[in-house]
Formats: sequence, C-alpha cells, structure tokens
Amino acid sequence: MSMLTVSGVETFYGAIQALHGVDIHVEEGEIVTLIGANGAGKSTLLMTICGSPQARTGSIVFESEDITALPTHQIMRKGISQSPEGRRIFPRMTVLENLKMGAAFSEPANFDTDLEQVYTLFPRLKERAEQRGGTLSGGEQQMLAIGRALMSRPRLLLLDEPSLGIAPMLVRQIFTAIKQINVQQGVTILLVEQNAYHALRLAHRGYVLVNGTIQMTGAGKDLLARPEIRAAYLEGGAT
Amino acid sequence: MAPIDYPQQAKESLLAGIVALALTVPMMGLRTTSGQDGMVIDIRMGDAALTTLGVAVGHFVISLIRQALQQRSPKETKTEKSARLKSVAIWIGWASFAFALTLPVTLNLTENLGLHDKTRYYLDIGILVLTYVMLGWGLNIVVGLAGLLDLGYVAFYAVGAYSYALIAAHFGWSYWVCLPLAGLFAAFFGVILGFPVLRLRGDYLAIVTLGFGEIVRVVLLNWYQFTGGPDGLSRIPRPDFFGLPFKRSSSEGETFHQFFGLDYSSIHRIIFLYYLIFILALITNAFTLRIRKLPVGRAWEALREDEIACRSLGLNPTNTKLTAFAIGAMFGGFAGAFFATRQGFISPESFTFIESAVILAIVVLGGMGSQIGVVIAAAVLIGGTEMFRGLEEFRMLAFGMAMVAIMVWKPRGLLANREPTVKLHGDKEAKP
Repeated sequence: MSMLTVSGVETFYGAIQALHGVDIHVEEGEIVTLIGANGAGKSTLLMTICGSPQARTGSIVFESEDITALPTHQIMRKGISQSPEGRRIFPRMTVLENLKMGAAFSEPANFDTDLEQVYTLFPRLKERAEQRGGTLSGGEQQMLAIGRALMSRPRLLLLDEPSLGIAPMLVRQIFTAIKQINVQQGVTILLVEQNAYHALRLAHRGYVLVNGTIQMTGAGKDLLARPEIRAAYLEGGAT
Repeated sequence: MAPIDYPQQAKESLLAGIVALALTVPMMGLRTTSGQDGMVIDIRMGDAALTTLGVAVGHFVISLIRQALQQRSPKETKTEKSARLKSVAIWIGWASFAFALTLPVTLNLTENLGLHDKTRYYLDIGILVLTYVMLGWGLNIVVGLAGLLDLGYVAFYAVGAYSYALIAAHFGWSYWVCLPLAGLFAAFFGVILGFPVLRLRGDYLAIVTLGFGEIVRVVLLNWYQFTGGPDGLSRIPRPDFFGLPFKRSSSEGETFHQFFGLDYSSIHRIIFLYYLIFILALITNAFTLRIRKLPVGRAWEALREDEIACRSLGLNPTNTKLTAFAIGAMFGGFAGAFFATRQGFISPESFTFIESAVILAIVVLGGMGSQIGVVIAAAVLIGGTEMFRGLEEFRMLAFGMAMVAIMVWKPRGLLANREPTVKLHGDKEAKP
C-alpha cells in the first residue's frame, strides 16, 4: 500500500481543466519529483492533494484514508505538510514566531526538540531567530518555509518549487537539506521542481507532467539519461 | 555637522521680517473705521511694527531650535530608531497609566487650590476618552491583530448597550450580572454576523460589516415595542458600589457616602464611573497583551499576514476569524453596557456610522495593532475635539486636519512597530 495514491484526478479552475486524469503514487521513505514546464499543472497537482482546489473526479488516498473531499486545514493536520509556492512566510513575524506557527497543532512538549532539529538543518535560521521574516533573503525565506513545514512532524512533506528565485549556491544547500530530511528524519517527500537536473538527481523516482497528464515516469537517474528529457528540460546544460 | 551659521540665520530672519512688513503694513497698519463723516482710515503702524518684529524674532528662534535638534541627533540606524521608539512607547504607556490613575485626585486637589472649578467636566472628558480607548482596544483585536476591516463595530457597542438596558430594566439584576451578559450577547452577535461574512475579504468584508452596523441601528429604530424606537430607553439603572447606591439617601439601607462616612457629593458617582471604565479598559488591554502570546492570538496575526499559508499549516481560517470577531465584539459590548449605565438613556442616535468611523480612525491613526498608539489617538481625537468644543463647527475641521496630518507624516500610524511575542532567550512565560 502506497503512502499516497492519486488516481484519475481531474482538477478545474472554473471551466478550464488543469489536470486530465493524473495517476501518481508515493511510497513511504521515497523522494518523488514532479517536473514539467510552466503551466503543466505541477503546482495544481500539489494543491489538489492539499484540497485547494479540490479534485472534481478521481481520488486521493493518504495512508489508507480518502482525503479527496476534506477541507485543506483538515488535510494538513493528518501528517502532511507543505512548503507552498512562493514560500509564503509571515513577513512581519519573526523567524521564531513563524516556526511557532508551524507547530500550532503539534504537541507543545516536542517544540524544543523540533526547533533544535530545524536549527541543525538550517543554522542560518538560528542566527536570524529574532529577525522579521520579511527581512530575510529569498534563500533564507525558503529555509524558513521548509523549517516551518517540518515543525508539525510531517510524514509526507510537499515542496513546491523550493529553488524558485534563489541564488545557485543556496539552491545546492537547500537540495542537500531536502536529502537530509529524507534520510535522517525519514520524511517522505514529494517535490515539484522546474530545476529538473537537481530534482531528478536527488529523487528516487520522477514524473513528467505535460499539459495536465503524466507523460513519462521512471527512476530519477533513468529519466535524467533520456534524450527527450535532456532536450526538453535540460537545454543549455546542467547547473 | 556644521556649526550654526548665525549671520546667515539672521539674514534669513530679516528677510522673513521684510515679507511680514510688506504684508502687515496694508493689512494691519491701515484700518478703515466708520467715522462721523463716512469712512476714516485709521493708521496703526505700531501694530504692524510689533508683528513684524515678532515674525523676525520667532523665525530666528525656531530655526535655531531646529538646527540644534538636528545636531543633537545625527542619523541613527533603523534598529537604534526602533529601540528608541520602543522605549519612548513604554515610557508614554506608563506615564499615561499614572496620569489616568491619579486624574480624579489631581483634579480634586487643583480645584481645592482654586486653579479651576471644572473637576466634573474634566472627569467627564476622561470617561469619554477612556470609553473610546476601550473601544479602540476592542476593535484593535479585529482590525489590528486579525486584519479584518470592520466598519460596523458600533453595532456591537449598540448591542451591548441595549442588552444591558433591557436586561437591567426587565429583570432588575445588578450591574455586575448584566455587564458580562451584555458582553456575551455582543459576542453572540459577532458570531452570527461573522459566520456568513467571514469568507469575504478586504473591501467586501468592510462593506458587509458597514451594512450590518446600519441594520442593527435601523432595527433598534423601528422595533418600537422592544427598544422604544427613536425615543430610546430611559431610566437605565445606575451602577452601585457593590450594593451601595450613589444616592443622598436610600430606603433600602445604607448608601455609599453613609457607609464610608463621607458627605454626600454627586462627584462620587462620577469618580466611580471613571475608575470603572478605567478598569474595564485595562482588562481589555491585559487580555490583548496576553492573548497575543497564546497560539490563538498568534494565529490571528498570521492570518492577517497570509491566509493561504495559514491554511497550509492546518489552521481553520473561518474559526480563527470568528474568535477574533467574537472577542472584539465582546469588548465592544462591555463598553456599550458601560455607556448605557453612564448615560442613563440610550437611543439609536448614539450608534450611527460616524461612531464606527471614529473608532476605526483611532485604531488606524494609532498604528494598527499598537496598544499605546490607540491611547494617544483616542486622547487626541476625542479629548482634542472635546477641548475645542468652543470652536463649534470648526471642531470637525480640526479633527479632519489632524487625521490628514498623521496620515501624511506617519502613514502607518503613530506607533507602527510590532512587538515580537516570543523571545529567543529567557521569557519562558511566552511559551505555551
């Protein structure tokens, strides 16, 4: 039984269909990546898993429970956590307060341990603990968004374009951290990325989404080796 | 910083003086008066000369002060500035607390010394200002913390006032029973209104709350059998001092002044009302300061910042907004109950849209989410307009000008700095 199974999901924005029957599954302990061009429906799929917007047809099952029709805030309390697209940290609140918000629904007794874990993963956040979120750099904000998502001790972590608009050096740091989260903390990860090279190298498996349907799937390294992937997503060489 | 250039300053002041002279000679120096055979020109060059001198000297002094101030405070960094502002804010907070606490005593003493004879008048203004401080603090929960623009806050004020008046009149319960009930009723109304409208955001929410405020007023105006319509409700019971009424004599036992062995004076009741609203306002403040450090208060602030992020953290936005709305409404209801008992008479006229606008202005001008900012804004807007009552209709002009001035110089309100609720070191208490 997979940890997360998405089957036959169709999602609409009003009259416009964004997903045309998508099937993916994520096994426990995996890093799975979802790559594709702009507008292919990657973020839509991620948001559909979170219930906003909800799938019109098809089903989403997480740990044997059908979550297709649940409201977002209930889905997010079931052991799924998300670092949203564009980071969406709370700019006027301090780093520490942002992390507190992430722990809003977890056991208060765990707070100090979880905080320490996030600080070990991103020492930069500890240095900036009392600074306002809005004054952080883009990369630091991304670290904060991931850290905030980890504060609820998720079993499945959804990451939406963590490399978007971030300095290349920090991108590498963040991908290393994602690996650590998966290996050391045993968190399953579903990663949506435009940066196909980094994502496929990191992931166990990958899906290629084109115009709202899955066009290709396979192990990360296999996908990376395919000529059509190289041509479509890795044009101009790897960074 | 360069030293002050005195000759240059003198030259500029001289220039200002010449301009003043050119203006004052025709405008003040020559004056027409109607004499016995028609108009006579009255030459009063002395006045013109005095004014010119005043302008020149005043210009010189003001520019010296301005330069001295600039020299004393060289460019400070942003953190220094926010630290300084913070200490100033704390200082102002304690100073106004001490001032408000001792106001009745000070007024009494100064009156005995013969400095003024209007203790009652000043206390009334004090009560009025404190009422608006409390309303501002209540609305600050909704607008400042949760970021929900509520243009109909006066509805909850009205619900509180009318519930107090009706419950007290029909059941004859004591003030101390009716007050919490009035707050609960207002909170209940907050939930009723909040439930359907809180899915709206920003402008739309503002319009619906504006409508709600008007609906409440119109209902109060037209439900004659229940609310007395435009006649309002009169003979609302006055509060007593834990069972001791403020009367000259009572058939049902001792009165306040008899119990404490004082001479009867009507000012006792006013002082009691003053401290009553003072304590109510302090409770509101203490509640807000405390709840900001609790998860629900932090959730309000997070919701103001980013609703989508909140949802992705498992927060139910509707419930969170509802609690903010209900708690804000509850404090509005308390203030309404106080208003009813102080006035002894209420009618829908006291709960028009302008009240909502004034309370909102206090919150926005004070700096959204700032507790001390609300106090300053209430003192300036309410106390100020009351002080200028002599100016009659120009009062509102001054009110408007004050608002424009604050918005120009301090577009984010007087005290816009937000205090973090968790500290890295120490402050264990902040952790839930």
